[in-house]
Amino acid sequence: MAALLEVKNLGISFGGLRAVDDFEISIKKGQLYGLIGPNGAGKTTIFNLLTGVYKPSEGVIMLDGENITGLKTIEINKAGIARTFQNIRLFKDLSVIDNVKAGLHNHYKYTTLEGVLRLPSYFKTEKAMTQRAMELLKVFELDQEAEYLAANLPYGKQRKLEIARALATEPKLLLLDEPAAGMNPNETMELMETIRFVRDNFDMTILLIEHDMKLVSGICEELTVLNFGRILAQGETAGVLNDPQVITAYLGE
Amino acid sequence: MKKMKINKKTKDNIITYGIVLVAYIVMELLINTGHISSLMQGLLVPLCVYVILAVSLNLTVGILGELSLGHAGFMCVGAFTGAFFSKCTQNAIPADLLRFILAIIIGAIAAGIVGFLIGMPVLRLRGDYLAIVTLAFGEIIKNIINVLYVGKDSDGFHFSLKDSLSLGLKEDGEVIINGAQGITGTPKDSTFTIGIILIVLTLIIVLNLIHSRDGRAIMSIRDNLIAAESIGINITKYKLMAFSVSAALAGMAGVLYAHNLNSLMATPKNFGYNMSIMILVFVVLGGIGNIRGSIISAVILTLLPELLRGLSNYRMLIYSVILIVMMLFNWSPKLINLREKYSFKRLFKKTREVQ
Amino acid sequence: MSFISYLINGISLGSVYAIIALGYTMVYGIAKMLNFAHGDVIMVGGFTVFFAVSMQGLPTAVGILLSVVLCTLLGITIEYIAYRPLRQAASSLAVLITAIGVSYFLQNMALLIFGANTKAFTSVVTLPAIKLAEGQIIISGETIVTIISCIIIMTGLTLFINKTKAGQAMLAVSEDKGAAQLMGINVNGTISLTFAIGSALAAIAGMLLCSAYPSLTPYTGSMPGIKAFVAAVFGGIGSIPGALIGGVILGIIEILSKAYISSQLADAIVFMVLIIVLLVKPTGILGKKIQEKV
Repeated sequence: MAALLEVKNLGISFGGLRAVDDFEISIKKGQLYGLIGPNGAGKTTIFNLLTGVYKPSEGVIMLDGENITGLKTIEINKAGIARTFQNIRLFKDLSVIDNVKAGLHNHYKYTTLEGVLRLPSYFKTEKAMTQRAMELLKVFELDQEAEYLAANLPYGKQRKLEIARALATEPKLLLLDEPAAGMNPNETMELMETIRFVRDNFDMTILLIEHDMKLVSGICEELTVLNFGRILAQGETAGVLNDPQVITAYLGE
Repeated sequence: MKKMKINKKTKDNIITYGIVLVAYIVMELLINTGHISSLMQGLLVPLCVYVILAVSLNLTVGILGELSLGHAGFMCVGAFTGAFFSKCTQNAIPADLLRFILAIIIGAIAAGIVGFLIGMPVLRLRGDYLAIVTLAFGEIIKNIINVLYVGKDSDGFHFSLKDSLSLGLKEDGEVIINGAQGITGTPKDSTFTIGIILIVLTLIIVLNLIHSRDGRAIMSIRDNLIAAESIGINITKYKLMAFSVSAALAGMAGVLYAHNLNSLMATPKNFGYNMSIMILVFVVLGGIGNIRGSIISAVILTLLPELLRGLSNYRMLIYSVILIVMMLFNWSPKLINLREKYSFKRLFKKTREVQ
Repeated sequence: MSFISYLINGISLGSVYAIIALGYTMVYGIAKMLNFAHGDVIMVGGFTVFFAVSMQGLPTAVGILLSVVLCTLLGITIEYIAYRPLRQAASSLAVLITAIGVSYFLQNMALLIFGANTKAFTSVVTLPAIKLAEGQIIISGETIVTIISCIIIMTGLTLFINKTKAGQAMLAVSEDKGAAQLMGINVNGTISLTFAIGSALAAIAGMLLCSAYPSLTPYTGSMPGIKAFVAAVFGGIGSIPGALIGGVILGIIEILSKAYISSQLADAIVFMVLIIVLLVKPTGILGKKIQEKV
């Protein structure tokens, strides 16, 4: 089966600094893929390249056979990539459910005029949106807090809400940037379950950046290890984690 | 404010409309029973103008989250287009109400278009830069209108940026916009009732927009631009939408303002940046993003200087002190802590939620 | 020949804008706020000289000194009472509105004390005018003093910031308040100092402005204030050479448009140029580019 995400020779420089160099990855549909590496290795930069926040200096990004290199963020989202952020970026003055409904924006439509004049299509679509949003919130056990302001959620739930919002855009590929950051071991275990559940039930392909080795080795089928913007090792999880080069990069001499 | 129920939104909206309607009925009763001074009566239409301006600016500042200091400029566009239309069609359309309604629509559209044209290049600037550029545009609009001469004769319209003589009008001609003298003899079509109707119209547009798919998109841009982009929301489109609608509503207020005066001039006082700042002050004191708050603060702050007339020399001074104290009281972290300790917060809400 | 006189007048007006713009740019660089009341400090400076010299008959030098001292104190007081409590506030809009309140307060205070009538300001400059090119170009004493003052102030301020400890502290605070505090810099004191310098400069600008355009009302400072802010943004806010470049260019554009295009449209042209500059280079001519980290 052809790969869902196929990246070749991806690179970007900031000023004279080579942040990412000759990056390649191939992720199959339905895979849970991990991107790891020490701080400053360029992991988030790769996410930013994949989602169009930065334009790559060179390289090709193919999503499901479609060339998405150099497209704008919103076009890439429409093409099928959604993401979460390392430093949580919720719409914090909107309610929890409205955060998810904002994610549904491009899939449930009515015109501005229909909205302002409150025509039947407004009520019909809004009802369907609410229903869909509640379904998504239930997956993450956030349905009880649907009417809370997003800013008032505890940290772990904010991370989950970000995933729910990303899923609402109906992506083919989901990018998670350190989903377990700041969570305690119990929350991390729970999150692992949720990520697996999302993959199985939404038929999702997931690429995640993570520092928590337990989470990575627990759920990722394949890994790419990044160091100083270059690929250090790539392949099946167990093999990669036992690679002496990786151990050196992670644990030092 | 921890919880926001959907019912609560609707309830809040009903309260907002209710306040406007009750205020209208009470004022009408007072007028009809002669319990109101002529000074107060003269203030009624301006009050409606300010309320519309405040609510519409809140759409830009509170809902879109961008600071605009050029709101008076859009009001100015609306005022002059509307008054110009009324002057030109005074004979052609004898029905006052119909003509006025058309003038309102035309004024609003003109201001909306100007808002759109200005918004397109400048909305990518952020924060203080956007503020100063909108201020600049407001001043440009005012200055251009001050040197604009438009006349009409049997040949059609004539324009000039120099003086009324260079229009080269025939004998049957008439100068309609006379540079710094502006437009004189605009029909006095504005009434309190029409003002209230326009307020309700503004509320319907703004509140329904906020609580719709588009409103959510606009507020998501306000809360986190990068995240909004990442979920496929078209930033430019929604910024422009909010900005143009806000400008169009300001234009509508301008038409109402123009048809309440015999002579309409663009002075620093009515269309300058001081006016824009005044409207911003209404919005901020009413609570950024709080539509009902905008209405209430516009009314109170317009009436306050009049009520303080007894202290005539001191009133503007007192007014400025109130402004500073309110800001410190509402926003200073130290005072907020103090207030929460003594649970005063129900009186002075500063949350950004939309009611 | 008249073009050269216009140009010189433009540079002179631009020098005043530059001196005012310094106040905006320093405060913006350090406190990250738009001090809307800065323009009104100019007016207070003008009125102080008017009060001391024209009303009380004190010597000009005393008037100037008094004006500088008073404005310095005023700047520090405004910062302490109105802006400091809001420094940690959640909304940057709050500070802006407060500044607007302070601006209204100063205007109305002046209105109350001196009334709304325009006052004829007696120039503080006694230097005679210089005639060049057989009398075809006349440069007034005010123009010369203004340009020289601007040069002295710019040089002095640059030296102060680069060579003194207090100046270095200002740079540090403008880069990162938290880090500056950890390095043992008195952040509050540094911000007070910035306001003090900015306001002292505003007093000087006020005197120069009123000497060149001798009419004084409570609203005298407001429009030049706005234009000086435009100059600061134009040159790149936070940058001292930027304030100089922005101010001078703005002054020249304004005088030339008044002379050759239309005196009523001069302001519109000035603002138009600002908008074009910002659209081409969103952070001004010498501004730094700031990108949000994702």
